Amino acid sequence: MNILKTYKIYINGQFPRTESGRTYVVNDAEGNPIANVCQSSKKDIRNAVQAARKAFGSWSERSAFNRGQILYRMAEMLEGRKAQFLEELTQQGQSLEIAKNEIQLCIDRIVYYAGWCDKYQQILSTVNPVNSSHFNFSVVEPTGVVGILAEQSTGLIGFVSQLMPVIAGGNSVVLIASEQLPLCAITFAEVLETSDLPAGVVNILTGSADEMLPTLSEHMDVNALFLSNVDAEMENNTQLSAIDNLKRVIVKNDDWTKEDVQGISYISLFQEIKTTWHPIEQIGGATSTY
Amino acid sequence: MTESNNNWEYAPSLEGTSHIQLKEKYDLFIDGKWVKPSNNRYFDTINPSNEEKLAEIAWASDADVDLAVKAARKAYVEVWSKMKSSERAKYIFRIARLMQEHARELAVIETLDGGKPIRESRDIDVPLACNHFFYYAGWADKLQDAFPNRMIQSLGVAGQIIPWNFPLLMAAWKIAPALAAGNTVVLKPAETTSLTALKLAEIIEQSGLPAGVVNIITGHGDTGAAIVNHPDIDKIAFTGSTAVGKLIQKSVIGTAKRVSLELGGKSANIILEDAPIDQAVEGIVNGIFFNQGHVCCAGSRLYVQESIAEEVIRKLKQRMQSLYVGNPLDKNTDVGAINSKEQLSTIEKYINIGINEGADMFQVECEIPSKGFYCRPTIFTNVAQSSVISQEEIFGPVLTIQTFRTIDEVIQKANNSPYGLAAGVWTDKGSRIFNLTSKLRAGVIWANTYNKFDPASPFGGYKESGFGREGGLHGLEAYLK
Repeated sequence: MNILKTYKIYINGQFPRTESGRTYVVNDAEGNPIANVCQSSKKDIRNAVQAARKAFGSWSERSAFNRGQILYRMAEMLEGRKAQFLEELTQQGQSLEIAKNEIQLCIDRIVYYAGWCDKYQQILSTVNPVNSSHFNFSVVEPTGVVGILAEQSTGLIGFVSQLMPVIAGGNSVVLIASEQLPLCAITFAEVLETSDLPAGVVNILTGSADEMLPTLSEHMDVNALFLSNVDAEMENNTQLSAIDNLKRVIVKNDDWTKEDVQGISYISLFQEIKTTWHPIEQIGGATSTY
Repeated sequence: MTESNNNWEYAPSLEGTSHIQLKEKYDLFIDGKWVKPSNNRYFDTINPSNEEKLAEIAWASDADVDLAVKAARKAYVEVWSKMKSSERAKYIFRIARLMQEHARELAVIETLDGGKPIRESRDIDVPLACNHFFYYAGWADKLQDAFPNRMIQSLGVAGQIIPWNFPLLMAAWKIAPALAAGNTVVLKPAETTSLTALKLAEIIEQSGLPAGVVNIITGHGDTGAAIVNHPDIDKIAFTGSTAVGKLIQKSVIGTAKRVSLELGGKSANIILEDAPIDQAVEGIVNGIFFNQGHVCCAGSRLYVQESIAEEVIRKLKQRMQSLYVGNPLDKNTDVGAINSKEQLSTIEKYINIGINEGADMFQVECEIPSKGFYCRPTIFTNVAQSSVISQEEIFGPVLTIQTFRTIDEVIQKANNSPYGLAAGVWTDKGSRIFNLTSKLRAGVIWANTYNKFDPASPFGGYKESGFGREGGLHGLEAYLK
C-alpha cells in the first residue's frame, strides 16, 4: 500500500502546514486520491509577505553573479529530481513524453534566466549625457515583493516561467500555486531549499486563488503582481484592489510551454529605473587633448 | 559696518510685458484649427501674483474632447503613422526651434499665469522645454536602435493631462516623446495654467505640423475625466496628485489603455556631517523653495546628521532671511506667488497641522504683497517621523527637519514613506554617496545637488509616486508597444 504524501507549504525557508489546519485532496486522472495539500489561508499569505519583505533587502543586494550561481544551482537540483517531477506530472494526468519535455524545458529555462542575472542590467541601464557637470546614469533595481498567481493549467512550466525572471531580477516572491496541479510547486520548493536560495526569497502557498489572491493584491507591502491567463473578472478585481498602493500589475496570456516564451522583457517588467546625478568636479581649464 | 550696509535692498527690476501677445479669449486647438467650445463656456485665468484676469479660456465638454480624439485618430491613421520617421523628426526639431525663438515671451507668460519667478521660467522651465523637443526629435528615426531586441510600434492616440507647476515643461515632457514615437496627442493643461500650452499650440500651428497630430484642449477636471474615459484613446499619461492618479488607474480597468503616472512625492534630502555645509544649505533652499515648493520631487523632508544639525539649521534660517518673496516678474524674486487660492489654503492647512502637532515653526520675516497668493518660506523643526507634515505631500514652501545619528538610521527613515520619487544626498565622500544612493528607494537621486533636470535624464518614481519614466531613452518606452 502506498503512503499518501501530505504536501506542506513553503514560507520563510520552512515547510509549515497552513495555520488554518485545512487540507484538500488532489486526485489522479482516474479520480484516485494521490495527496493531501494545504488549503492555505489569508493569514498564510500575510506571513508569506512578511517573509518576502524581510528577504528582499539582502536578496536584491546580493551580487548579480551570486544570484546567477544560485539560479544555476536550482537547475542542477531540478535535474537530480527529474524522476519525482515526472511522477507527479504523470500522476496528475500528463502523458509521459509531454511531462519529460516540460521538465526539460524548465531546466533549460532556469539555466537561461541564471545566465541573465548578471547581464540584463547592462542592457537596461544607460549613461545619460546631461547638459551640466554631472555623471548621470540610470540603472534598474528590483520592484520589491512580487505576488505571483501561477499559471493554473500547467503543473510546472507555467510557474517556473513566471518565477525565474522575477527572482533573477532580485525581487522576492509570494507564489500561489495552481490549485488543481499543485504538487510540483511544493516539490519545487524543495529544489529551492537545497539551492542556497536565502529563506523568504520565494514563498509558495497552495489552495484557492479566489480566496488568497484578493488578500495578496490588497496587501500594502506587495509592490507588484504577476498573473497568467486569468479571466477578465479576476484581472479587473485584481487591478482594482492593487490601486491603493499602486502595485504594478502584469497580466500575461502566454503559452509558457513554447520554447521562445522567455526573455529579458519578462525581467524588465519587475524593475524600476533609478537615475543618479553624481557631481563632477570642474577645476582649471585643462582639457584632455590627447 | 554702518546700519545701512547691513540692510541690503535691491531696486525692483521688472521684466517687461509689452512684447507678449495674449488674446482676450482662447478657443480649443483641435485638428489644426481654433474651435469654440460646443457649449460656449469659458473660464477666467488669473495672475496669482495680483489676482488680475489675464484671459478667458475655453472649457471643453465631452463633445469637444470627442472631436479632439477623432482628429487625433484621423491624423494618426492617415498622416503621422505613415510619415517617414526622419520627416517626423524634422517637424519636432522645427517646434523646438520656434519655441526657442519665442522663449522670452513664453517665460513671461509662464510667470504671469503661474506665479513662478521669472528667473526660473526664463532660465529653467523654458530652456528645458525647448531642449526636450530637441532631444526627442532626434529619436524619431532611431527608435529601432533604442530597442534592438524587439519590434517596436507606436500606440496610437495619447491622452495627456498635465499639472500647473511646470505648465510648458510638462507639455514638452508629454508631447515630445509621444510624437517622436509616432503617436498623436490630445493634451489638457491644468485649469490655472493654460496659457503657455495655448501659446505652444500657436507655435505648433506655425510649425506646419499636420492638423490633428497635436490637439490642445483646456478645461477643468471634467474635461480631464472625459479624456481618460474616451474609448478611442490608447494611452493615458498623467502628471499630478497621487489621489487623481489612483482615480485614473481605476477608470481604465477593463480597457486596453496603457497608463503612465508621475505622481506625488515626499522626498528626503539628506545632509551628512562631512557635507560642504554652505553648499548644502543652498541645496536645501533650492530643494524646497524652488518654484514655491510646487515640485513633485521637492526635498520636503530634510534629514540632518545630529552633529551638524545646529549649524545647518542656523545657517538655513539665516539664508532664508535673504530670500526675496514677491512679484514673480521681478528678476530679484526668489519665491514667487502660490499658484492658486486653493493651493494656498492647502498649504496653510498643513502649516496649522504642523503647529498643532507640536513642531516648532520658523518663517521668514519678510513683507509680502497685500494682493495675490503668497506664503512665507516655512520650516518646521522638532518634527516626528509619524507626523502628518512629514508624511503627506504639502506642495508648498514648507520643510520638515529631522535629525539622525547613523547612516542606517537615515536610510530607514528616508525610505519610510509610501512615495519614492526622489532623494538628495550631501556628503564629500564618493563611496558614501553610492552607498546611500543605491539603498534609497526612489527614482531620481541627486548627489550634492537638487532639483536638476535634463531631457536625457529619465525621471519618475517608485512605489506610490507612479510608474513609467519621462526623459531619456527610457521615456520612449511609455509611448511604444
